[in-house]
Amino acid sequence: MLFTSYEFLLFLLVVFIMYYLLPGRAQWSFLLLASYAFYFMCDPRYLIFIMVTTVTTFFAAKKISDKKESFDAWFKEHKKEYEKEERKALKAKEHSAEKKIFLACLLFNLGILAVTKYTNFTIANINSILNTFGRPDGISFVDLIIPMGISFYTFQSMGYLIDVFNGKFKAQDNLFKFALFVSFFPQLVQGPISRYADLSQTLYEEHKFDWRTVSFGLERILWGFFKKLVIADRILVVVQAIIADPDTYNGFYAFAGAMFYALELYADFTGGIDITIGVAETMGIKVTENFIRPYFSKNIKEYWNRWHITMGTWFTDYIFYPISASQFMMKLSKKSRARLGNNLGKRVPVYLSSFIVWFTTGIWHGASWNFIVWGLGNFVVIMISQELEPFYRWFHSKVHVDGTFGWRLFQVIRTVLIMSSLRMFDCYRDVPLTFKMFGSIFADSCLAQLTPAAFTGMGITGFDYAVVFIGMLILVAVSLIQRSGSVRVKIANCAAPVRFIIWYSLFMATLIFGAYGIGYSASQFIYNQF
Amino acid sequence: MAPMGDGLREHGVLGGRYDNKEEKMEELLEILGDLHPEVDFTTAKDLVTGGILDSFDIVSLISEINEEFDITIGAAELTPENFASAETIYALIKAKLDDED
Repeated sequence: MLFTSYEFLLFLLVVFIMYYLLPGRAQWSFLLLASYAFYFMCDPRYLIFIMVTTVTTFFAAKKISDKKESFDAWFKEHKKEYEKEERKALKAKEHSAEKKIFLACLLFNLGILAVTKYTNFTIANINSILNTFGRPDGISFVDLIIPMGISFYTFQSMGYLIDVFNGKFKAQDNLFKFALFVSFFPQLVQGPISRYADLSQTLYEEHKFDWRTVSFGLERILWGFFKKLVIADRILVVVQAIIADPDTYNGFYAFAGAMFYALELYADFTGGIDITIGVAETMGIKVTENFIRPYFSKNIKEYWNRWHITMGTWFTDYIFYPISASQFMMKLSKKSRARLGNNLGKRVPVYLSSFIVWFTTGIWHGASWNFIVWGLGNFVVIMISQELEPFYRWFHSKVHVDGTFGWRLFQVIRTVLIMSSLRMFDCYRDVPLTFKMFGSIFADSCLAQLTPAAFTGMGITGFDYAVVFIGMLILVAVSLIQRSGSVRVKIANCAAPVRFIIWYSLFMATLIFGAYGIGYSASQFIYNQF
Repeated sequence: MAPMGDGLREHGVLGGRYDNKEEKMEELLEILGDLHPEVDFTTAKDLVTGGILDSFDIVSLISEINEEFDITIGAAELTPENFASAETIYALIKAKLDDED
């Protein structure tokens, strides 16, 4: 069930009405029911997968938490009876017992994710190797279900498990409450990847109907639909046309395609997240923000702190830190500093951990070499930018441009260009073609390509381009206004007629200029496939 | 009253290298200063949320802290709260020293 379908809107309406008609204490139970119904309507087979992850994670976390609690109580009472070394040994033994349960659950669930998402990718790579050695028959591909949003709910559940194992909080005692945390329908298919410590604050609470909260939520939903239907789905047609025919659409067209894709992906993904956050907000539930005006970032590192934030922090907290703070990395750090000097040596473990994280981030996005190269491309850019820091410091001590509008603009354009170039790996069918098309931007671009007829021959009209352009201007304007505080609060502070005009205009613009009807079909959100 | 460092040195944790809070803090400030010479860490707050220390810095930092103070800071302790200021980092180091004691 797509967020942009009539079925979803109807489903949402029913859930919303029922949610506020039910007594407060029944609200979360009802949400669980609604979430499972939502997933069931997407495909009944998906339910088995999410249930397995829910049940295994719940019981493993509970077992770890209970063990931790009883050990801590016992230790507090008896620690004086033991010597320092014995105390350490006791703690280590307990930790090891908890670790066994933790690893079994973690590997089992990541195993499900790996098998469903990466089996055919692995087979394709094995076949390619076999083919090189003259065995063209190879292994047959398998027909596997990939449950929608499996990467999101698996990561969310594993984040919870890791936090419980690390003693950040006590495990949830109620299986059904935990099931709701894993399956909460607005964020099930494309995130954000919530943390239990954040989402649980409002997920299980009783919520009374509050007009301000509901109207803020509705506004956010409408804004999401505007981005998705007016901008993303309209420009999608052009992106698809350019990607589908790389021989014709090379040179400047490839560059235009990359730029259009940057706009499409932003409008699509942030639009989807706006709908998610808005839906939750109408029910009084606070979902973590996933974007903070990422295209305004001054470098790629900052960009990744502002784009798909919950994924970035997940990878940092649960992969980057555990790897880089591991005993192995600490030893490597010591050795590399002894061999290469303090300055260079201390960067070795950081870069090695970062390489692993970006490889994983790449493959998390999709089972293909395109995504792996995309991830590693990000790693290379971040590493170069890190190495260039002394140069930038020197540059800014000589040339005093830092903080000026011109320099900020240069930084923003640089971020957009680098990110858009890397994202070409999302678009083209394989890695060599992507490199070829990137090269063609420099080799084949010519003024003769810049004809209006060529662009209107890609499936949309000049009017559509105008709508996209105006839509983009609105996006930029809203982002600029956001820098000084919430736009919705500012709207709420306006006089009633002004508020009404803004809401009505947004609603009508989405209704009239949304890309649906003949020639269009509201497409799936890009991040649903992850 | 015996100075704080005495207890630590007695247990061989500090190896007699730092006598008191001031010396440990001085060493910590030196490590931080090497990382970001442009920042005054004696007054700076919200180091992580304010964008002064990023994940790369934190990892470089703990590898030096672990070695300098002979402690083991684990991944679970790498939180924005623990790295919010020189004071909170010092508190983390002290907690680790006390814990390992």
